[in-house]
Amino acid sequence: MIYAITQLSYIVATALFIFSLHWMSDPKTARWGVYSGVAGMLIAIVATWVQPEIIIHHGWIIVAIAAGFAVGIPLSQVPLTAVPQRTALSHAFGGLAAGLVGTAEYFLWLGGEHENITTFRMIAVIVEIVLGYLTFTGSLMAAGKLQGIKWIPQRPVTYSLQNVSNIGLIVVTLVLGTALVMNPLTGWSATVFMVIIGLSLLFGVLLILPIGGADMPTVISILNSYAGLSAVAMGFVLNNKLLITAGALDGASGLILSIIMCKAMNRSFVNVLFGAFGQVQETKKEGEEERVYKSETPEGVAHILEHASLVVIIPGYGMAVSQAQHKVRELYDQLKKRGITVKFAIHPVAGRMPGHMNVLLAEANIPYTDLVEMDEINSDMPQCDVALVIGANDVVNPAARYDKSSPIYGMPIIDADKAKTVFAIKRSKNPGFAGIENELYFLDKTWMLFGDAKAVMGDLVKQLSGANSSH
Amino acid sequence: MHLETLDYWSMLFVFVLSAFIGIGVIRRVSRLLHTPLMSITNAISAIAVVGSIIVTGSEHPLPIRILGAIALFSSMTNIVSGFLITDRMLKMFKVKKKNK
Repeated sequence: MIYAITQLSYIVATALFIFSLHWMSDPKTARWGVYSGVAGMLIAIVATWVQPEIIIHHGWIIVAIAAGFAVGIPLSQVPLTAVPQRTALSHAFGGLAAGLVGTAEYFLWLGGEHENITTFRMIAVIVEIVLGYLTFTGSLMAAGKLQGIKWIPQRPVTYSLQNVSNIGLIVVTLVLGTALVMNPLTGWSATVFMVIIGLSLLFGVLLILPIGGADMPTVISILNSYAGLSAVAMGFVLNNKLLITAGALDGASGLILSIIMCKAMNRSFVNVLFGAFGQVQETKKEGEEERVYKSETPEGVAHILEHASLVVIIPGYGMAVSQAQHKVRELYDQLKKRGITVKFAIHPVAGRMPGHMNVLLAEANIPYTDLVEMDEINSDMPQCDVALVIGANDVVNPAARYDKSSPIYGMPIIDADKAKTVFAIKRSKNPGFAGIENELYFLDKTWMLFGDAKAVMGDLVKQLSGANSSH
Repeated sequence: MHLETLDYWSMLFVFVLSAFIGIGVIRRVSRLLHTPLMSITNAISAIAVVGSIIVTGSEHPLPIRILGAIALFSSMTNIVSGFLITDRMLKMFKVKKKNK
């Protein structure tokens, strides 16, 4: 009887999760998605907990849940610029949970429940711990890189034979895994199991070392997918279909986001994971003369902005770093007041995670109807009077269209260079993250504004509001 | 411990079908909402909480239950922070500006 109620609850929970994701298709219904997700989760937890034959140690559960609340609530209050690190951190928690449950299950089997060991479950438990632990350390590394923690190198780290040693590690893990599946109960089985855990932890670190900031959106999506798949494997191990369905939903989401991110960079999975982006053209070709930027003052920019009729703002990671979104909103208000059309052009990989820019601009109260995707805005770019680039770099580099030697060749970009005038706000004169010179900055119609994005936007707003009051 | 007969094929079936449902549903998610999508799927995949509760609460040796409790804590953290931050972000997506 209890069993039937539990299973029925799991079916209801699965349906609620599917509805939850379905409602995310539109910002108008998206909050329903959260409520339905919470309802599904509550049902799942209660249905699992209220099984008198299985659950005995209630105190333990209460303490662990309370601790989860104690850490989870502050984690949900981080500033929105820190959302990529928080997301990476939660992938780490997800991976850890899967890894630990897998470990616990295997040692239970080893310690007496021999009848539970089948080839299928051994494969599942090994997949679970490998994915779980590598997601754990990989996501911790990614979170560290995003947070800018000192002892984690920010730049991609490469060394000789990197790919060979990584592939070697995979092969060794596969061999050990196969040996364990065939001999799950011999004297050395536990040792091999622990070695696989160690290798997975190590592999997570090695996987993220060569990853640079520009690849973070893809890598976060891949880790998202792994976290989901490790939950699926846990479902196979525990014979629990709710874990399988919910994990598959998460895995599918990570997979789709990874594909979108890879397409937006014109790269393949393999290339992202093993390519060490940005190492290709580090050094400038010798004999090439230093090219000069044309700078413009905030007064000049403000004057031209005032006389525009269509302004397209292209935000990038630089806007997030300097938290300039609220100043951007003030500029948006100033321009709107003058009857100027203002649109935001959002590149799928702008920022450090999928949708990063949209969330920041929404936080600044900019209506989402003015946030336009790359594919839609590009046809309007020739009519655009001013393209204002705020801390974006590679996503507007026209070299992606014609320069076959460029590492970003073939990547779809926002056609900022087709606008009548381009202003680009940039922190320093150094090339961007990938170390690639941006052809856009040297065009005749481009003027640069050097400085912190927030400070520059503040100056622009001051100019515009001053001019407004003198009228 | 009572254990139902394992039916691998039906589990694989469930997995494949839910993966297809997942792909179908998530393809339609607005690109605007990709960040909240990731945080909500994060919370949903913390369904590992179910496995953690079983491991923590059952009559198992102490070390096993400690592993379970840590896993339960991790999953719960994801559930709480995942849903809360998703809701916080979604509240910000508006058609019109609120004040002025």
